[in-house]
Amino acid sequence: MITELLSINVVIGVLASGIRLATPYLYAGIGETFGQRSGVLNLGLEGQMLLGAYAAFYVVLTTGNLWFGLVAAIIAGAIMGLAMAFVSVTLKAEQGISGIGFYLFGLGMSDLLFQKTLGTVETVSGFKPVYIPFLSDLPFIGEVLFNQNLLVYGAYLLVPIAIFVLKRTTFGLNVRAVGENPEAADSLGVSVAKIRYTTVILGGVLSGIAGASLSIALLNVFQQNLTSGLGFIAVALVYFGGWRPFGVMIGALIFSGVIAFQLWLQVLGSPIPSDIAVMLPYILTILVLVIAGQRVRPPSALTKPFERGD
Amino acid sequence: MTSTKTKKPPRYDRLFVILMPLLATLAALAVGAILLFLLGTNPLEAYSAMIQGAFGSKNALADTIVKAVPLLLVGVGICISFRGGVLNIGGEGQLIVGALSATYVGLAIPDASFGVLVPLALLAGFLGGAVWGGIPGVLKAYFNVNEILSTIMMNAIAVQGMNYLLRGPMIDPVQLEAASRIPQTARLSRLYDLPRLIPTRLHLGAAIAVVAAILVYIFLWRTTIGYRIRAVGLNAFAARYAGINVRHYMVLALLLSGAMAGLAGAVQVFGVHHRMFTDGSAMGFTGSAGFNGIVAALFGQLHPLGTIPASFFFGALIVGANAMQRAMQIPSALITTLNGLLVVFVVSSEFFRQRLEKKRLMEIEEIDEADKRMEAEVAA
Repeated sequence: MITELLSINVVIGVLASGIRLATPYLYAGIGETFGQRSGVLNLGLEGQMLLGAYAAFYVVLTTGNLWFGLVAAIIAGAIMGLAMAFVSVTLKAEQGISGIGFYLFGLGMSDLLFQKTLGTVETVSGFKPVYIPFLSDLPFIGEVLFNQNLLVYGAYLLVPIAIFVLKRTTFGLNVRAVGENPEAADSLGVSVAKIRYTTVILGGVLSGIAGASLSIALLNVFQQNLTSGLGFIAVALVYFGGWRPFGVMIGALIFSGVIAFQLWLQVLGSPIPSDIAVMLPYILTILVLVIAGQRVRPPSALTKPFERGD
Repeated sequence: MTSTKTKKPPRYDRLFVILMPLLATLAALAVGAILLFLLGTNPLEAYSAMIQGAFGSKNALADTIVKAVPLLLVGVGICISFRGGVLNIGGEGQLIVGALSATYVGLAIPDASFGVLVPLALLAGFLGGAVWGGIPGVLKAYFNVNEILSTIMMNAIAVQGMNYLLRGPMIDPVQLEAASRIPQTARLSRLYDLPRLIPTRLHLGAAIAVVAAILVYIFLWRTTIGYRIRAVGLNAFAARYAGINVRHYMVLALLLSGAMAGLAGAVQVFGVHHRMFTDGSAMGFTGSAGFNGIVAALFGQLHPLGTIPASFFFGALIVGANAMQRAMQIPSALITTLNGLLVVFVVSSEFFRQRLEKKRLMEIEEIDEADKRMEAEVAA
């Protein structure tokens, strides 16, 4: 057992799948980071992912074109994001609860569409690993890092882009200002509503892609409740990451690493009952939140609708 | 110097408060009608099948009430936590842990009398739920952990725990022999079945739930502890200033909220299923009562007494939807979808209520100012 655990193939397998499995957390978590940095907690992430996953899967199944599928997921996510933005920014609704409402809507709607249009679990041929000359041939590193599909590379590329946008662009500065001190931002002529709409819709788009990464790249299936809590974990990772894209990535990697390891233990036939092993990520999430709770402070205006004073 | 014309402090229109959720429902049902139409079903036929299914006969009505029972128990718990300013989304997990605890007691003591065991089992359910709600409470109050996220994680942990227990340690010995190994416990002794109220499926749990709602109302509005929970929810800073231990009452609010959901689980076991079972997901046993209870509570304006008719309404929605599904072959996922829309609409309607209230306030202020001017003129 021990020797099997430590064999090089197992290590490569666990690391490679850990890196791959972090993909949906990265897209969803970074999207959520933008929303929260501007002061909007979007708990409907999971619902957006489910609809994105369904849209991508259905379009790929019917057209056979992966890019059409991705676009469908983006559109589905954007519409959900727009709705969430309208409810939380314009109507100033309690964000925690309305997010749960959007989650239930996405959960039900994707299931409804699944049952009406597909009926049974089918598979599609999703994004394939991309061979990168030289890099993919590297021993060990090549197998772990450079034998992944496009959506996986895209997720990791998103991290530096998000850091750059948040730190170095006017838009990023406005996002942070609106999340920390909306009154001040408003008095300087920044439209709080416009910024929040943008970040929440962006979050929806990235959640849609996160869903697509499951249904047309990693798992290549769609079924009822495909995400099973993954979106909520992504929200937790934003807290853990201290509202910074790099922190979110570290969290996502730790998380998916544990899941990959647990899956391998199952395959190798560990004495731990599978029902107990499946608990692990959720317990880990709570621990992650405890650690995050001691460390960092959320954006000051998080969950607070902006009301312009007279 | 008091003017005879001085208006009483503004109180917003109660009628409007009651109308708001109904308008939200109508909006959700309208969207539902569009969805039904897109699914190729006649919305009118579908909705009439729904109403028929929920209220059409004595049995239908009894089923509606039976479905409302767990919603009401979870819902009054939600009233406690939301009023206390903590958002408990963990009803599903708390309900499951409560049901498991109660089932365990019922199986462990198979030959006691109804009067001894059932209260004991319900208490076990209450305590099980309290533990499952209390943990996120402690994490929130002392470790600064967002309770929405932690309760959602606690739901997932409860489901896996349930699957483990029902496939292993708590499985029905008969199932161990059988090849199928259905993950469920043995049936509880028939001595422990909650009595039926009339010759339908309606059971004593309905009375328990209504009494619980009244007790929670008294607790929240007529006791010091309840007052403090609400004070913390209204304004934690002010409450701290007034010398209230805010952390303590946060934990208490989540703990009691979980306890009510746990009680709901126990009542489901002793009143409806008489055993514990799983289909692998939370929904299999709970029927999403842990989530729907939140919707019912919001619908009842987070008031325990308002939650009574709200739960009845949602019970009707669920029973009606099942009937609709049978009659018209519409996936029951439609109900999850509509529930989601309802939550969104109910929470959003708050905006219109507040705006109306503000407008009224301003009108009254204007009247007051006019009064003052008049007084000044008279004095001059």
